[in-house]
Amino acid sequence: MAEKKKYERPIITKHYSGLMNKFGSRAAASPKSEIDGVPIKKLISEFGSPLFVFSERQIRSNQRNALRIFKTRYPKVQFAWSYKTNYLNAICSVFHQEGSWAEVVSEFEYDKARRLGVKGENIIFNGPHKSKEALLKAINEKAKIHIDHFDELYEIIEITTEMNLKANVAIRVNMDTGIYPKWDRFGFNYENGEAWQAIKRILSNKNLKLIGLHTHIGTYMMSADAYKIAASKLVNLARGIKDEFDLLLEYIDMGGGFASHNTLLGQYLPAEEVVPSIEQFADAISTGLFELPLKIDEMPLLILETGRALIDDAGYLLTTVLANKRLSTGQRAIIVDAGVNLLFTSFWYKHRISPAQESGIHVEDAALFGPLCMNIDCLSDGILLPALKKGEHLVIEYVGAYDTTQWMQFIMMRPNVVMVMEDGTVELIRKSEDLDYLLDREVIPDNLKSVK
Amino acid sequence: MTKFEIPGNVAVSDSGFLFMPTTGETFTMNEMGIFIFKMLQQKYTRNEIFEKALDEFDIDKTTFEKDFEDFIAQLKNYSLIKIS
Repeated sequence: MAEKKKYERPIITKHYSGLMNKFGSRAAASPKSEIDGVPIKKLISEFGSPLFVFSERQIRSNQRNALRIFKTRYPKVQFAWSYKTNYLNAICSVFHQEGSWAEVVSEFEYDKARRLGVKGENIIFNGPHKSKEALLKAINEKAKIHIDHFDELYEIIEITTEMNLKANVAIRVNMDTGIYPKWDRFGFNYENGEAWQAIKRILSNKNLKLIGLHTHIGTYMMSADAYKIAASKLVNLARGIKDEFDLLLEYIDMGGGFASHNTLLGQYLPAEEVVPSIEQFADAISTGLFELPLKIDEMPLLILETGRALIDDAGYLLTTVLANKRLSTGQRAIIVDAGVNLLFTSFWYKHRISPAQESGIHVEDAALFGPLCMNIDCLSDGILLPALKKGEHLVIEYVGAYDTTQWMQFIMMRPNVVMVMEDGTVELIRKSEDLDYLLDREVIPDNLKSVK
Repeated sequence: MTKFEIPGNVAVSDSGFLFMPTTGETFTMNEMGIFIFKMLQQKYTRNEIFEKALDEFDIDKTTFEKDFEDFIAQLKNYSLIKIS
């Protein structure tokens, strides 16, 4: 008997004239069938679906590449891993093994870093909320406390005076770098003199040691020039501190915010074509810092808190097709088992989504929905995908940043997270949640325990 | 029994390019779409199309039934078929 022909769901696609862009559309969705040599099918059969997968090789490569780029432009560079971007222990550990310090914005992140073995002096403690207990701990452990507002400054003065302690502090400075939105809710403003007031207040107190200046001008920055402006403004403050107080700062922390290669919703061109490279960010920052009239050995350490640009492309979300259907408009709708509760970033990114298996060259415009019984659970309202069968898999790329910190248990539990190690083995780095995990935190009053 | 009727003036190439002269609309179909559409043009019945598809292609009846109904619904949506 003759061998039967390969089947693909019948598709008919209508042509629309006048709507094409001059760059054309993706001819066909090319499959992403493996991650660092490990087949997607194998990952899902062993660890279930949906599944977050991280590549150790990619993380290390991103970190080494970024460090090399900055070190070839500026003599002293130190990265501090931004915990809020991804604080899974295994992820943080890879960055710490690569020499990164920890940059935390809450007490629990601080404690997490300490439990991972990061020394207090290698922790940068940012953020608008640091409890008195957290401040005391950070002061005692010689952490670098970045002060956000005057109330915090006075609280540190109070603690150090009462207990006769010395605190290593820096201030966060906000400023106009010509970009919108201007992040002026964090730190002290440069233009209105507030930052200089804070510096003078710190330097007038014997228990506070001003060791650095910090800024973080925004997130997913599309302009490298803004960093040059920011560096120049911090350099002006550093120069003022040197001239008036004869103090050389230990470091200037330029924060993070470098864009990754994720394309924003509504962005016309793909991110790869419009986002500045790490080289451009490094050029802008080092050019700004070299305005400081100091000898090379007197130059402050440059600290970077880059998060997204170092982890986004190392994370994948694997998902499985649950059903195909048609919307009332005739548009194809695909329901998958990963929802927006796992992919918070789908509210602002147009993720790259590829089938995990070979498929035909014909594609259909499809809306991609998650499994939640909520209208908001839409991963993409229009993506060209080939005919997919129930049970086939899709790979959602560039999900390393923020998705596994901003995810939530909502209708569905959070799934397993694995890491493909450099040697090709696969390690579970966070277990999926179950009902016991959920109920463990709940308390039911005695008189509500009987259900008829 | 359900009868399918494709408008007589619809032109389909072997590569799946479909032209509707009365409206000027154009479409493309994949291999399976062409297979079904051409049989519909030749007035094959639903059962005959099923028999031929299951015989020639590596597919089970349930999946083909779902996909066939979806394809017919698409043709209807584009006014490329009359169902009686």
